[in-house]
Amino acid sequence: MNPQEINEWVSAAKSAFAAAGDLDELKAARLAHTGDKAPISLASRGLGSLSPEEKASFGKVIGEAKAAIASALADETARLEIARDQKILLEEVVDITLPAKLTHAGGLHPITIIKNDISDFFLAQGYSVVEGPELESSWLNFDALNIPADHPARTMQDTFFVEPLSAGLVLRTQTSPLQIRTMLTEEPPIYIISPGRTFRADELDSTHSPVFHQVDGLVVDRGISMAHLKGTLDNFARHMFGPDVTTRLRPSFFPFTEPSAEVDVFFNGRWIEWGGCGMVNPKVLETCGVDTNEFSGFAFGMGLERTLMVRHGITDLHEIVEGDLRFTRQFGVGL
Amino acid sequence: MLIPRSWVNDFVDLSGISDETIADAFVRVGFEIEEVIKQGADLTGPLVVARVLAIEELAEHKKPIRYVELDCNEGQSRFVICGARNFAVNDLVIAALPGAVLPGNFAISARETYGKTSNGMICSSKELGLGEDHSGIIVLAEGSAVLGQDAIDLLQINDTIFDIAVNPDRGYALSIRGAAREIAGALDLNFTDPITHIKSLEFKEGSGATPIKISDGAMVAYLRSLDNFNPKASSPIWLSRRVEKVGMRSISLAVDVTNYVMIELGQPLHAFDRAKIIDGLEITYAADKAKFKTLDSQERVLASSDLVVRDNKQVLALAGTMGGLDSEITDSTTTIAIEAVRFDPIAIAKNSRRHKLSTEASRRLERGVDPSLAELASARAAELMISLGGATYLGTAKAGEAKYPAIIALDPKYVNDRLGTELSADAIAKALTTVGCDVDVKSWKVDPPSWRSDLQIPADLVEEVARIVGYDQIPSVLPRSPYAATLTPAQLRRRTVASALAARGLTEVQNFPFVAESTMKALNYTGERAATFRIANPMSEETPLMRTHLIPGLIAAAQRNLSRGARDFALFEIGAIFRNTTKMVDGLFPPLGKKPDAATIKAIFDSVPPQPIHLGAIFVGKTTGDNWRTKARAYEWADAIAEAQTVLDLCGLQYTVERSDFAPWHPGRCAELLVDGKAVAHAGELHPRVCSEFGLPARSCALVINLDALPASNTVRAAVIGSMPIAVQDVALVVAADVSAAALEQALVEGAGDLLESIVLFDRYDKIGDGKISLAFTLSFRATDRTLTGEEITAAREAAVANAAKLYGATVRS
Repeated sequence: MNPQEINEWVSAAKSAFAAAGDLDELKAARLAHTGDKAPISLASRGLGSLSPEEKASFGKVIGEAKAAIASALADETARLEIARDQKILLEEVVDITLPAKLTHAGGLHPITIIKNDISDFFLAQGYSVVEGPELESSWLNFDALNIPADHPARTMQDTFFVEPLSAGLVLRTQTSPLQIRTMLTEEPPIYIISPGRTFRADELDSTHSPVFHQVDGLVVDRGISMAHLKGTLDNFARHMFGPDVTTRLRPSFFPFTEPSAEVDVFFNGRWIEWGGCGMVNPKVLETCGVDTNEFSGFAFGMGLERTLMVRHGITDLHEIVEGDLRFTRQFGVGL
Repeated sequence: MLIPRSWVNDFVDLSGISDETIADAFVRVGFEIEEVIKQGADLTGPLVVARVLAIEELAEHKKPIRYVELDCNEGQSRFVICGARNFAVNDLVIAALPGAVLPGNFAISARETYGKTSNGMICSSKELGLGEDHSGIIVLAEGSAVLGQDAIDLLQINDTIFDIAVNPDRGYALSIRGAAREIAGALDLNFTDPITHIKSLEFKEGSGATPIKISDGAMVAYLRSLDNFNPKASSPIWLSRRVEKVGMRSISLAVDVTNYVMIELGQPLHAFDRAKIIDGLEITYAADKAKFKTLDSQERVLASSDLVVRDNKQVLALAGTMGGLDSEITDSTTTIAIEAVRFDPIAIAKNSRRHKLSTEASRRLERGVDPSLAELASARAAELMISLGGATYLGTAKAGEAKYPAIIALDPKYVNDRLGTELSADAIAKALTTVGCDVDVKSWKVDPPSWRSDLQIPADLVEEVARIVGYDQIPSVLPRSPYAATLTPAQLRRRTVASALAARGLTEVQNFPFVAESTMKALNYTGERAATFRIANPMSEETPLMRTHLIPGLIAAAQRNLSRGARDFALFEIGAIFRNTTKMVDGLFPPLGKKPDAATIKAIFDSVPPQPIHLGAIFVGKTTGDNWRTKARAYEWADAIAEAQTVLDLCGLQYTVERSDFAPWHPGRCAELLVDGKAVAHAGELHPRVCSEFGLPARSCALVINLDALPASNTVRAAVIGSMPIAVQDVALVVAADVSAAALEQALVEGAGDLLESIVLFDRYDKIGDGKISLAFTLSFRATDRTLTGEEITAAREAAVANAAKLYGATVRS
């Protein structure tokens, strides 16, 4: 036993490990070169019969040789494990384009999505979202909003009444009665929006529906002016239609606002009538017990269907009201 | 309202101002432009006045055809073919000569037709783009034109007509006078008021006049009597053409004059054949059920709410709406009474609505006409009938007095405060003067003009200032709310639940809340859900009821999707339901202008029935479409219950499940979910009869949750989550088949004690026979402070089984 011989054992083991084509061959080589009968194992066991001096010097050489063999074995094991894994992974390739999804994602109705969107926009500005009954008192829906008894909107052609007529209950024609409810029960400052379902006795066609949705806004505070209305609508229009949209106010008439205006947005190259607005008529504020010497207010109202149709290029209102899931699923949950 | 530019030009000098500028100006002051009609823009001459020299009737064709010899003042005759028959030899007509192009790009040339050479065309109003009248060609009155004269000029064809929308508060703008004033104000031009001229007319009361009396429904009335009217006199071209340009038909001089003055000034007039009036006129309400024939030959049955004009014998006109057939001007009328009345607007609105008659007169009168115009417009009409029809003046009867809008005290600071502007007092005064107000700039007392009965409070004047200054001058400023706002817990819950269901594959629908009676019956609703509201004037007679439950709408939506080819889907809706379960009271209508007292407000709120928000869902077909991964299975009762339970879980609510027999579900496959012992939801398989009746696939499922009945979620008190090892034990128990899984599980939970962390039923086997079933559960035990010993685990499991044995006779399955 001499150092040269030991070096040869190491070299032989390394070559054998390197020659192994797979983990089984490597195992055989390992047994041959590190097993009980391998020269290095025999030499290691033979150390006991040597003198202390020889034991020290050969022991060191044999230890180093064993470490070198173990290191070579680890390297080759790693190499062959990678090769084996690669082979297995290759065999396990699937067609990942197979339809993985067994079910459709559902979706929120686009009216819900836009309602949530508008609510969040105004909540962030400190407006509460107020909701209320669809079957509503005539006094709240009309009289208190300064819509007189002989106004055309109050005839049977425009408003759904429930029996008996003496109960004075109508399917609300606007969400504005919530403005009255709020002013009757809360002290100003008032900052609210009221999105909700409204009713008019119109035949269903591509632009009209007997059942539709509105969002109303109301602010009553000290020093509120039409400039505040305009600022709010400008901001709202940009949120709905994009940062480049411009708005204009046109004089109009509503019994519950004075001055009154229509708000138009310039979208996709043309002016679109978006909604109505104005300064709350002092007569309305007085009926609600708001001190008009101290407070003033503005109000606005838009159709949600109309806003959706303009924003998403929907040309037929039937699609919004019919509940066809192919239509609704296009909108997901509005993300 | 059609506004011809040429007519406006009588009162405002529009020279050099483009049509576009005028249209924009209308929009800026609050009049939407429906259409700008450029009359004559698509018409080129030669178009000339011609005389009919001879007519040859060509009878051999399918329809009678005339071959007409015309004198167009060309030195020789011209021959044309014509299909119209409303003219005779010697009539003056309009001829388009070869080279002319008529509207619709219709080029006129000499051509062979009906075996003749036609060298031009004689024209109707419609062919010239002047109106819809195609009943015959235009025949001009003798003496109104010269042979060969350019007819484009003669008929004043080239004009721009603005069709503007007039809001209900601006009745005065249903006139050329009103529209011209608006244009002058918007463009800062001078305005000449037509009444300046009329005020100079003098018609003394006189003695021969037919009297008029107001008993009801009118403020002031004038009746001007004329004699010796020439019934053969025809309207001059300028008159008939203006009447046509505003969309009316030229009928006769007397009628044209009343229409002309109405359009010019805004005051409707009625011309009676004075010979037919017995004694005098009275404005009053009709006798109930009286019969009366209007100008349109309709016989109408009157009611005591109808305001009429009558004489001593009978009704002669439905006031402010339509005249009567018996007293209308005929082609032999020589004595005329011109009536102009400022009627009560509400009375006219009611007349118009009750008889479904919206006329030029009623549209103006129901918006309120300038009270000074009864006198002035009737004078203007008399002037025209005298000058154009040779009439002589007899006298005027008058009733009532004109009353004008009250003076308004205005603080110019109020105007700026409301608009957010910094307008000078001068600018404010100028704007108000422009719309016709008298402004005393020392006291700031503003006297609205006679035609503006809508100007009543300072806010009304603010709008006028804003209109004239321009809404675009108002700055854009965001207000600052003092509040930090959030959704209410109920709103947040609705939103979260909807998003969760959408993420779980359900698609939201929003159905109309109207239901058919037959549907209510077919779904077998009883109790609260049979108590509904009926709409007095439903959209469709088929669905006159308000929904009491969300299922009908969901079924209809499912049917619609099925009919369009969808097979496997789940839909949900969140919305209000309407149950007529509270006592209906008469509507409350407290006076306006001051706040009702607290008791009245509460009574109003209480008069409105509660309308809780429900969540409903319907499950149709299979849980997945057919696919390569798994075998698709149909939705079943448990899927609906699971979805309902998921919603309650998400809301952090504890609930129990009980079997329920509740329409329209399958009586053996419906779960009732209870929170705090109160039923809040039902879920399961729909009744088989419902599925077959409505064409749904068998075993379709549904759920309904009353979201408003769910208690608010409490703030969660977090339990300690132990990190000690878990010990899992399975037990399989045999019980009688009528023992419910929930009951057995509850027995195990109670028996197992505090160490039990969770329990899951993982198997149910019903093939044992002997009326028995096996239910197998996994029990997981954990202590928060130590590793459980084998003895502890065994003891807990055995205690659980012992309790199940005690309560339900359960035995451990061997």
